[in-house]
Amino acid sequence: MATVDIRDVRKNFGTTKILHGVSVAIEDGQFVVLVGPSGCGKSTLLRMLAGLENITGGDISIGGRVVNNVPPKDRDIAMVFQNYALYPHMTVFQNMAFSMKLAGAPREHMESEVQKAAKILGLGELLHRFPRQLSGGQRQRVAMGRAIVRNPQVFLFDEPLSNLDAKLRVQMRSEIKELHQRLKVTTVYVTHDQIEAMTMADLIVVMNHGRIEQAGAPLELYDRPANLFVAGFIGSPAMNMIDGRIEGGAFHGPGGVAWPLPPGAPASGDVIYGIRPEHLRLDPDGLEGVVNVVEPTGSETQVVMHVGGAHLLGAFRERILTRHGEVLRVSPDPALIHLFDKATGQRL
Amino acid sequence: MSAVAEDKVWVRQAKAQSALSKLFDWKPFLVAMCMLPALGLLFVFLTYPLGLGIWLAFTDTTIGRSGRWVGLENFEYMLEDPIWWNAVFFSVFYTGVATIGKFGLGLWLALLLNNHLPFKSMLRAIILLPWIVPTVLTAIAFWWIYNPQFSIISWIFIELGLRTTNIDFINTAWPARWSLIGANIWRGIPFVAISLLAGLQTISPSLYEAALLDGSTGWQRFRYITFPMLLPILAIVMTFSIIFTFTDFQLVYAITRGGPVNSTHLLATLAFQRGIPGGQLGEGAAIAVSMIPFLVFATLFSYFALARRKWQQGESND
Repeated sequence: MATVDIRDVRKNFGTTKILHGVSVAIEDGQFVVLVGPSGCGKSTLLRMLAGLENITGGDISIGGRVVNNVPPKDRDIAMVFQNYALYPHMTVFQNMAFSMKLAGAPREHMESEVQKAAKILGLGELLHRFPRQLSGGQRQRVAMGRAIVRNPQVFLFDEPLSNLDAKLRVQMRSEIKELHQRLKVTTVYVTHDQIEAMTMADLIVVMNHGRIEQAGAPLELYDRPANLFVAGFIGSPAMNMIDGRIEGGAFHGPGGVAWPLPPGAPASGDVIYGIRPEHLRLDPDGLEGVVNVVEPTGSETQVVMHVGGAHLLGAFRERILTRHGEVLRVSPDPALIHLFDKATGQRL
Repeated sequence: MSAVAEDKVWVRQAKAQSALSKLFDWKPFLVAMCMLPALGLLFVFLTYPLGLGIWLAFTDTTIGRSGRWVGLENFEYMLEDPIWWNAVFFSVFYTGVATIGKFGLGLWLALLLNNHLPFKSMLRAIILLPWIVPTVLTAIAFWWIYNPQFSIISWIFIELGLRTTNIDFINTAWPARWSLIGANIWRGIPFVAISLLAGLQTISPSLYEAALLDGSTGWQRFRYITFPMLLPILAIVMTFSIIFTFTDFQLVYAITRGGPVNSTHLLATLAFQRGIPGGQLGEGAAIAVSMIPFLVFATLFSYFALARRKWQQGESND
């Protein structure tokens, strides 16, 4: 177990800049999720951490030791790849024991370590199968088993769940989290799925275009997104963003509709008005919305409506019996409104 | 809508099927029609010559005279013929050494070309050159290279002061054998290298990355990942290579014609020598037929020993 310190790390591929100076301090035993859209540099950062990519600038240290020029095998890390990278010609046992075999470990040691990991992951029955004969979830577990037997200081996960179906993904998500709670090894996990990030992380690092947009605890990011990108990325369904202007103590959206303002809002200016769908409530005195689409999911009802010229998505716990063309009156919870500067996209 | 417009609405009408169309819809006929061209070609160019060759091997046919059935007489004679035994020895030796050479160098070349190199695609095209040149041209080039008087190799050695006399490449038995093997290796490398390169490129780079993290050295990555994953394609390429080398004719016939004193006859060149210039068609056919067991053995060996790997197969194979 170890701390990981990423200080002003840069990466160029030729003249293309992938990372423009990224800094993250990861505490011992923390579960950190790097999240962002594809091409944001999160996987590159992970591969640099693993030693599979060179570091163009800045320092990466693991357990207080700068590892910029340390080869991957000496970094004391283990990685789970997106496609699992299981050796197809080796059985599950051989896959998991491979690192020990290379190091010249005795047979008994390999047996006991693999058995230990197999027990944690429930792979006992499968040790003599080849990867081809396993289901997606089982392969995923073998890939984790291979990482566990290394007993590393840091676990790296590169989008490990993206090849699984939705149901299995939810299951493996909690298994990985459980594993982390059990082993308490520092973990860096890359994903593009904000739900994975929210549910698993101690610390979420939201990246975009090679920069960190915001780093913080999951609920901190949800409650106080630092900018429009994070606001739009974190939370599902995504936050409503309404373009307009503050004037005379109210926000004026499209169609001249006046929306309530949160306490401490600026007196005037062009802003983006953000309200999460789940923070709208039905209110007989609220804004008038013309219902477009109703999506009942059982646990909640999502309604797409037009308020003035603005599209507004609401998610309500109530079962609303409404349909296309009817009028629904809703109002945002004033304390949960987010305002962003229109020019800079930063939170106001 | 007006009544006139309604009248013009188009309605799909069922058409009666013609007899010809019905015939083509009849599966047995269709199957026969589709298979006929392939079967015809196979029969005319494969089954008939092979059958004729085997038939001739049991007759005493010579050029200009159709033969009589003589049973195993040709084979009995063949087994007592030291020249045939010599050809068997050289065919096996030639195939064995050339295959080892081709695969050693070809694999090495494939591994080199699999790295990131400048002008990669151009290099790969150049590598293929020896293979696309007609074999006879290769043979003639080597015939000059090995020429007792004008050999460029001898010239270089003499110019460098390493030798004072020309090298004897093809006028005594053993040097001639090694020279032919050298020419065959040169010609065979591209096929092996390009095929194995294709195999190498199917290996996922993430396996090497995983192995890198697992603490492997370069040799270990080759030994535990590259080589086992390449085995299936290696087996297939090797089967083809062995068959083509064992049945080689052009190189040997163009460079040495089986000489000196029959020392470099392969079974194919000996069969030709006996059958066509020698006129003994039956005897030549018997020698040609005698290659079949060797080829069957080589094919079975590489197929069963190398090609079938359990890990390649699906879930049913537990």
